[in-house]
Amino acid sequence: MILKGSKLNMLLVVCIVLSLLGYFSGLFSGSVSLAVFLASLFSWIVYTAFGRFYDKSAAAVNENVWFESISNKGYLGKILAIVLTSFYVVIYWYPELLGYNKEGNTGLVSMFDSLSYVLNGHRASQWFVYGTLYTLFILGFGIRFLIKYKHNKYQQVRTISLMFFQLFFAFLIPEILTKLNPDLDYFSKDIKNMWPLNYYLFEDWHLKALLNSGTLGYFFLIVGLLLIFVISPTLTYFYGKRWYCSWVCGCGGLAETAGDEFRHLSNKSSNAWKLERYLIHGVLLFVILSTISILNAFLIDNQVYVTPAMFIGICIFLIAAFGTYAYFYSKEKLAKDAKNSIGIVSVLLIVCLLVSLFTKSKNVFFIDGNSLKSWYGFYIGAAFSGVIGVGFYPIFGSRVWCRFGCPMAAILGLQQKLFSRFRITTNGSQCISCGNCSNSCEMGIDVRAYAQKGEDIVRSSCVGCGICSEVCPRGVLKLENGKLELDF
Amino acid sequence: MNTGKIYIVGNGVAGVNTAISFRKHATDPICIVSDESDYFYSRTALMYIFMGQMRFKDTKPYEDSFWDDQKIELKKARVKRIESESKKIIFEDGSWDTYSKLVIATGSVPLKLPLDYGKLKGICSLYHLQDLENLSQIYSKIKQASIIGGGLIGVELAEMLVSKGIEVNFLIREAYFWSNVISEKEGKLIEQQIRKHGVKLYFNTELKAFEGNENSELVAIETLNNERILSQYAAITIGVKPNLNFELEGLHINKGIKVDDFLQTNIADVFAVGDCAELASPEKGRRAIEAVWYTARQMGETLGKTLAGNKTKYEQGNWFNSAKFFDLEYQTYGIVPAVCAPNVAEFYFEKEGKLIRIVFEKDSRLFLGINTWGIRLRQDFFEKILDQKRPIDFVIDKIEFSFFDPEFYPKYGKQIKSTFKTAAK
Repeated sequence: MILKGSKLNMLLVVCIVLSLLGYFSGLFSGSVSLAVFLASLFSWIVYTAFGRFYDKSAAAVNENVWFESISNKGYLGKILAIVLTSFYVVIYWYPELLGYNKEGNTGLVSMFDSLSYVLNGHRASQWFVYGTLYTLFILGFGIRFLIKYKHNKYQQVRTISLMFFQLFFAFLIPEILTKLNPDLDYFSKDIKNMWPLNYYLFEDWHLKALLNSGTLGYFFLIVGLLLIFVISPTLTYFYGKRWYCSWVCGCGGLAETAGDEFRHLSNKSSNAWKLERYLIHGVLLFVILSTISILNAFLIDNQVYVTPAMFIGICIFLIAAFGTYAYFYSKEKLAKDAKNSIGIVSVLLIVCLLVSLFTKSKNVFFIDGNSLKSWYGFYIGAAFSGVIGVGFYPIFGSRVWCRFGCPMAAILGLQQKLFSRFRITTNGSQCISCGNCSNSCEMGIDVRAYAQKGEDIVRSSCVGCGICSEVCPRGVLKLENGKLELDF
Repeated sequence: MNTGKIYIVGNGVAGVNTAISFRKHATDPICIVSDESDYFYSRTALMYIFMGQMRFKDTKPYEDSFWDDQKIELKKARVKRIESESKKIIFEDGSWDTYSKLVIATGSVPLKLPLDYGKLKGICSLYHLQDLENLSQIYSKIKQASIIGGGLIGVELAEMLVSKGIEVNFLIREAYFWSNVISEKEGKLIEQQIRKHGVKLYFNTELKAFEGNENSELVAIETLNNERILSQYAAITIGVKPNLNFELEGLHINKGIKVDDFLQTNIADVFAVGDCAELASPEKGRRAIEAVWYTARQMGETLGKTLAGNKTKYEQGNWFNSAKFFDLEYQTYGIVPAVCAPNVAEFYFEKEGKLIRIVFEKDSRLFLGINTWGIRLRQDFFEKILDQKRPIDFVIDKIEFSFFDPEFYPKYGKQIKSTFKTAAK
């Protein structure tokens, strides 16, 4: 190599800075600046990873994570948290600070115009800037992850899957679809996102767009419904929620790649677990309430195939079925307090639904669905998933959103807990209680607590990333789907 | 008669599991005494603290609130003497208490070399938390280090020192690595692994003397082959012995504290578990003192039941163990001797730096045990095989069911079978 590692690194950093300076001073055109900016940022991430991990032996890849300031909540970590958080605040609420302007972009956003025209035929929005950078980080840090865990086939396959879904399904295909169908309304930006992560699927404007857009609209609606009721439960039954959370999902994708450096920061205490159970299921309840009331209002206002009464009937049936199963038939799979909560909430929901069925009220839960919706969008969709979820990577670890807030994860988690074949198997009595597994768990599961008792791990929050199994020095943990019969 | 608490001396895995197991079945007051750490931590994880992979608090297998919840009292003190007639436990500060039952779970201490250490600083081992604290303070001044004695702790130390960029010399008395436990072929595999990480290995080498400077700092070591190796730090990792650093008159001690099948010593209401206990009648092929994590945990679980009134015999069960040498994982199930007796045969499978060694009886073809290097195998499978006394041919036939590597890893089932077929011819 002509340039020594650190020099090439410096050169790439200089390129990143120069591309920005060149653009803002008017020296370079937007497309040149953007090309240099993206290429040098990407190369810098990948090249740094090569330097750090290429020669590292498998057992040593996580050395020093608790010593380095960036990954031990030290001053670098805190600075990064502030930078990321500010970025999210700006992008959600002050996009004009980045140069976003409907009449014509300036600043950073305008630098992305050229690429945006190529892909979707429009000027860039702040979300296009965000999507491009997001994808670049998943790809760059994805390669870093591939180098770091080059010896582990499971990690290789899983990470390539995450990179693939982000690049094509979340980024390129939606952008290109927008270009190919310029007259059609915007459906869902990330076509692999399903309700309730994609919480606006059943919102008024989105449903109208779907229903008024002919075949493609119906296609998206039907795929959306199939995903919720058929595809996702089936895949979760066979493989656990990991098929989505650590193989497909974009939030998971960023956490697994760019967030990998922070995975050990998740809180493992039993208090954090308690908080997690209340929060994530609270969010799930919130999204269910808001979706039901929005859909109900939509059906009252619009004549479609489903009448409001039919819809409420379906809701009552689904809630009753789930509540009955969880309360009476889930056996020891659910803790007592979980059963009681599910039981009480189900009964309350059904009572509310029955009342609204007879009063024909638009406000199913005695609240205006639209205010619920905007609340949800602000506090959960933006503040929680973006600002705290990613902004606080260096403080709370990489999966804060997935663990405490994601309603999708909550649903998949319930499925995983109640009827999936997936679990992490403990290899007999081989555990030495060293704690590497718990330390590395991004979801804050105290894996060791199960392993040292020789118990299998069946936790609704487990996203099946497989790092506990990777870091175990005694080969104790294995992600498994099927029942293994030693039939002799 | 049962006045006083149950006292457990030592908060390692044996002592702690005695208390936890006891608490599952009984409510009497119980107290664990230790002067090493406030809370139980995993000794096996010391190296990860040093390498920055975990913090000390992450090595504690139970949350601090656990002990209060379980009503297990923790006392930080050093036990000086035990008076069995008056059932007194006397601490170093002079205070004392009466015990109803006493469990000695003091663990091990590292063996020392019969050499003159003088007042030299920089000679230690790695066993206690204090050893780690000591090393953490001085490592930045170390350029070269020597490790004397090729066992598991020695390899851990090598890995730790290498991670700090320290030049490591590894002195081994025998002709190959871990030669009292594994075959030469297996030893070579570890040797490659250690060399790959830049550690300098010296076989057939013993230590003759330490060399210090005027500040009592270690400068070099000298071997019996008259080689002088510069080292500012020397770790003596030639093994461990039971920790018997307390007084108890009349206690029957050989190498360790002699216990019967119920882990009871010769003194009424005094028991011993873990590394410090020596079984009076070990099972066939097993040692009287087995200083490993699993044995200690198993003993503790058994004794907890006995103390709670359900007198339970300690069954050693099928032997198993595991270790890691840098990147190389090792697991063993059943009895696999270093060198096979005349009526015992062995089968090797080797592939891409991975190795499996199976030993079996020549005539009956009875499967005796397996060592596996770099391939994870399922303990339940081999427990069943050993309990049912299956022949090797059966094991090979069913070998797919034993794999425990993560998904998408190569499965060696077919290759093992064909290698076995060829070897049988």
